[in-house]
Amino acid sequence: MSIDTAEKAPAPQRDSLARGLTGLGWGFIVKLLLMMIVNALGVAGIMAAWNAEAWVILGASAIFLVAADWVYFSRRALPLKYIYPGLIFLLVFQVFAMGYTAYVATTNYGAGHQGTMEQAVDAALIQSEREVEGSASYPLAVVRDGDTLGFAISEDGVVEVGTAEEPLTAVDGSVDESGRPTEVAGWEIVDRGALLSDQELAQQVTDLRVPVSDNADDGSLRTREGSTAKVFRSSMEWDADARTLTDVDSGVVYSANEYGTFVGDDGSTLPAGWYVNVGFENFTRAVTDADYREPLIRVTLWTFAFAFLTVATSFLLGLLFALVFNDERVRGRKVLRTLFILPYAFPAFLTALLWRGMLNPEFGIINKWFFFGADINWLGDPWLAKFSILFVNLWLSFPYWFLVCTGALQSLSSETMEAAQIDGAGRWRQFRSITFPLLLVSTAPLAIASFAFNFNNFTIIYMLTNGGPRFDDTSVPLGATDILITAIYQISGVAGGRADYGLAAALSIVVFVVVGIVSAIAFRQTKKLEEF
Amino acid sequence: MTAQAPAASKASRRRPTRRSRWWAEVGWKYPFAALIIFYAAFPLVFVLSASLDESGSLSGTETLFSSFSLANYQALNDTLFWTWVGNTLVIGIAAAVGAVLMGAAAAYAFSRFRFKGRRGSLTGLLILQMFPQTIAFVAIFLLLISLGEVVPALGIDSKIALICVYLGTALGANTFLMYGFFNSIPMEMDEAAKIDGASHAQIFWGMIIPLVRPVLAVVGLLAFVSAFGDFILARIVLVSNDNWTLAVGMYQWVSDQLTARWGIFSAGTVIAAIPVLVLFLALQRYIVGGLTAGSVKG
Repeated sequence: MSIDTAEKAPAPQRDSLARGLTGLGWGFIVKLLLMMIVNALGVAGIMAAWNAEAWVILGASAIFLVAADWVYFSRRALPLKYIYPGLIFLLVFQVFAMGYTAYVATTNYGAGHQGTMEQAVDAALIQSEREVEGSASYPLAVVRDGDTLGFAISEDGVVEVGTAEEPLTAVDGSVDESGRPTEVAGWEIVDRGALLSDQELAQQVTDLRVPVSDNADDGSLRTREGSTAKVFRSSMEWDADARTLTDVDSGVVYSANEYGTFVGDDGSTLPAGWYVNVGFENFTRAVTDADYREPLIRVTLWTFAFAFLTVATSFLLGLLFALVFNDERVRGRKVLRTLFILPYAFPAFLTALLWRGMLNPEFGIINKWFFFGADINWLGDPWLAKFSILFVNLWLSFPYWFLVCTGALQSLSSETMEAAQIDGAGRWRQFRSITFPLLLVSTAPLAIASFAFNFNNFTIIYMLTNGGPRFDDTSVPLGATDILITAIYQISGVAGGRADYGLAAALSIVVFVVVGIVSAIAFRQTKKLEEF
Repeated sequence: MTAQAPAASKASRRRPTRRSRWWAEVGWKYPFAALIIFYAAFPLVFVLSASLDESGSLSGTETLFSSFSLANYQALNDTLFWTWVGNTLVIGIAAAVGAVLMGAAAAYAFSRFRFKGRRGSLTGLLILQMFPQTIAFVAIFLLLISLGEVVPALGIDSKIALICVYLGTALGANTFLMYGFFNSIPMEMDEAAKIDGASHAQIFWGMIIPLVRPVLAVVGLLAFVSAFGDFILARIVLVSNDNWTLAVGMYQWVSDQLTARWGIFSAGTVIAAIPVLVLFLALQRYIVGGLTAGSVKG
């Protein structure tokens, strides 16, 4: 492969080499080397995608590679030379991710609907494998290579080895008179005694299923006791034209329905399904499904309340401190400022975890030091947990607003204040009519940005309460302090539990829309566009 | 208010009877400051004290610094803590360097070249950067599963994959911060260099980059801190525990009520937080500037 790409990469440089040499000699060589690496990796990626039959990835990498060669060896794409690397990452991990979210939101991708129909058929065939009556049994040697277990059998003196992933293939080896392999090239034979004494190993061996060939219809080898292997074949038969699976034992015919499930004519369903487009069903399910409706409404309300309250409280506290200490008569303001912003410099996830410990009802020091050892269950009661989250986030973010407000106060023009003083405005009047409105103008965009940030502040919620305490009147895994992003995390099942990517993606889209609206407001506020 | 200030302090020095007035206007601010400092610092002092406590729990610390023992710090050696520190540094530094290079290059292009679609791309970036990547984590998870089947290094449980995911935000988040800074460097300098025979690459690497070092430091630090503090993406991408970052690993230490290991957590917190704390305080000025320019933490 490397020879192939080494030949491929220098090809485009022939004509541009002359140009390069006039300007920057070594710079061009560096570029050439980098492009050779890029081409080598790109071609390797394309070949891997070919082998894995991942056509979308193959197409995308081919386009990216050709574009890269064009950008860096053409004279016409000057700005792109600087934008291209970042652009690739942006396109794949942000733009595509957003688009893909929208796509997944219209499918029923999730537990029971994973992968394609082909994969679901294979899963069903494997699931229903039975021992083939009267089939030959093969003397078996269990072999291992590191942690991978495999079966070795012999057929007509030829040793064949296979694992759960790799179907049987012929290898070098020798057999004893009963036909059991005694030596297998590249594999270590597991001693029969070890099988008998090691319960866990024995379980793995009896669970092991070695496909006879790539075709799931050919069945697989399995063993009951570790010394003989028998061929198991599926009791299902797949009819690709009629899209039905027939169970030859019971005679039940399972046909594919439009929802991505095989439904039998006796009404039963098969566990493995595939994902199909369900349109807006995920969105309607979020607002109509009896299990999800109530909790999701509460989660949404709390998300808005949390984002608003946390910005409001930390803004007001930061503003108060900024007003008090924006006073030249106070000495040591630099030291004070550094001490004030300590919480902000402390990593946020550690803050949340630390407070989780300090708020513990039994041994947390908050109860011990400030509440005389009272047994207040800060994180276990729905309202107290909400309060705790706001309080911890206040601790975490007031320094930010202190810094921002101090900066804003210092940039207010002193003439305006003097004018107000001369006009006889009292301090409160000055603050209310002049300082505060002017301050709002410069801090409002930041407040909106902070709102959008906290709207998705996964870390603080998940680290402090895990979204708990759980709602006790519903079966969905949501709790009183869950915000939308943590709810999506729970529903998606990416960290375990029942996966429902479709619904999770649909809720993500809702969050995208909210963030989009909030950002549009911020956009008009900052009018950043005027700058360019 | 500011005009009064020097006059008032002079007056208070001259006439002690004005002391009460000084107290009402300025003096009370010192005890108030002490109160705020207590509020801001006591959790930090507490975690330092807990990390030195020999009982290895948060409960033993009725009084601060009641015992001094390095047992918790030694216990860290029996855990994967230092592996996680290494992972966090590798991922954070790679993400920071990548973000700085890509962001600076893009900002240079937008600031120095006039090309078709420039305005549109800038607007597009501005809009894109408003949507946090974390919301799309389901899609990123599924994307990495598919990529991993082709190239295992880009799949689930790969640090390289996580770095790539973080780099996805490099352009959106940083280009604007840098763009403004790049614009403040006069174009005349570029032109002078061009007349001297410098190519665009030489101008970028030899002239612009050294001039914008402060903003590179800020962008690098912000990218590092955001990778350091990220939990959700790190959690879904990194599966096996010797690949974890600090955020994922330390969460695991204390997430279970019954088996929570607060002693080593405190020690780990002190070690993990001090470098970030020091960096942050040392670069305070730059960061405040960066914050008010629109990037928000907390």
